[in-house]
Amino acid sequence: MQRRQLLQAGSALGAIGLMSGCATIGGKGPKVVVIGAGYAGATAAKYIRMWSEGGIQVTLVEPNDSFISCPISNLVIGGSKTMADITTPYDNLVKRHGVQMVKDRVASIDATQRVVKLAGGSELPYDRLIVSPGVDFMWESLPGMNKPGAQDKVLHAWKAGTQTVALRKQLEAMPDGGVFAMSIPLAPYRCPPGPYERACQVAEYFSKAKPKSKVLILDANDDVTSKGPLFKKAWAERYKGIIEYRPKHNVVDVDAATNTAKFEFNDDVKASVLNVIPGMRAGDIAVKSGLATANKRWCEVDFLTFESKAAPNVHVLGDSIQIAPLMPKSGHMANQHGKACAAAVIALLTGKQVNAMPIYNNTCYSFVSSEDVVHVASVHRYDADKKTMLTVPGSGGVSSAANELEGRYALAWARNIWADTLA
Amino acid sequence: MKIQHGLTMLALIASAGLAQAQDALQARSWAAACANCHGTDGRAQPGMESLAGANKDDLVKKMLDFKAGRKPATIMHQLAKGYSDEQIVAIAGYFAAQKK
Repeated sequence: MQRRQLLQAGSALGAIGLMSGCATIGGKGPKVVVIGAGYAGATAAKYIRMWSEGGIQVTLVEPNDSFISCPISNLVIGGSKTMADITTPYDNLVKRHGVQMVKDRVASIDATQRVVKLAGGSELPYDRLIVSPGVDFMWESLPGMNKPGAQDKVLHAWKAGTQTVALRKQLEAMPDGGVFAMSIPLAPYRCPPGPYERACQVAEYFSKAKPKSKVLILDANDDVTSKGPLFKKAWAERYKGIIEYRPKHNVVDVDAATNTAKFEFNDDVKASVLNVIPGMRAGDIAVKSGLATANKRWCEVDFLTFESKAAPNVHVLGDSIQIAPLMPKSGHMANQHGKACAAAVIALLTGKQVNAMPIYNNTCYSFVSSEDVVHVASVHRYDADKKTMLTVPGSGGVSSAANELEGRYALAWARNIWADTLA
Repeated sequence: MKIQHGLTMLALIASAGLAQAQDALQARSWAAACANCHGTDGRAQPGMESLAGANKDDLVKKMLDFKAGRKPATIMHQLAKGYSDEQIVAIAGYFAAQKK
């Protein structure tokens, strides 16, 4: 008994020795491939390198040149921030942490052979794979959006980037007296309070630059899905007569030529600028690879390791997963997934025990103007009986009122999470 | 006898060491969840309080004051309530041990 204990202790110590040996050699050690360098994937890549002290090789596959943040991107649409403010290069992941970046798209995953095949033709073998492709849109539910040119005219701007700029330009070009209509899909979708924040940002811009214009929110949900009373107060007080909120308005089709949204039960809405946020599911590569086991839409995972319930040695993170109760699809939460998964992947690759009690939090700030902010916060803890993450009773909450102090905290949050993810 | 005793001691030390290492890794993971606002390993970007190298007792006291509602806050009183006192002590210990 004692001897066995000693042997076990010895082998565990041996594994630690091997790890540090790898760090000095470089280019050796287990291989991890990460698909997607967003909040989840980039964080996982950085933390695996940092916590394994270079003992695990990490290749990060990402088609974009730099990281563009969805959080704060509504302020670009409102006009108080620029694209440069929300863009961060990937070079620190390479220079400081030794992550190998590959600028490409993934064509397919062979989970049996443990190989990722890239669109460019090369192949990346892995010991463990992390899939974090974010969301893609359910365009099939909006037939008119599949007509040529429709998606260039009626924008979603729900992935920060070229569409963020394009939507801002549409608003700038809109004559005063026009209507900006934005549709919100049924939950779950990426960033629950995001659409309501966007309504505030556009309304603030209109109040200054186009005071006769209106913002119309067409929400498929029964009510505001996040920070409801705080947003409604902002709409009633700050943006009185500018913002109109219509719940239970589920868009079923779009006529892009006439900027018209069509509904299941309600009358058509024609807008000067129509912003349709379509229903979402896990990123295409996750769906195509059979990882989206929940309604063929979201990927079920083991919350101790983020390992897929569909494929061994494959982990899924961020907005692609089937969330735990009250767990939002947010950048903050995706970053937390990245760190929890990094620790688990290192433990699994070095024969150590996985943390049996993950705890992490979510904080989400929404700008109701260019300066005043409201938050929602929650703490999530693993429940061993239910095998999922649950919020800790009595924890979490929202702001008592919109305030400027939290506006400064929100921007500090952005600087810190961008650095934690990328620097 | 002596050898047996020596082996037992070694095994005990080794297993205690392993448990300690596990606890240290768990505290590191718990603390990493604070990094989104307070910076990787508690070294914050401008506009947020750095936790790296802070005094452990001060950190514990602050968190327990947030948790009990003795210290006013915008958000920390809501987050502190999500952690047990033991978890707060472990997390504070991790940040106190980090380089400023």
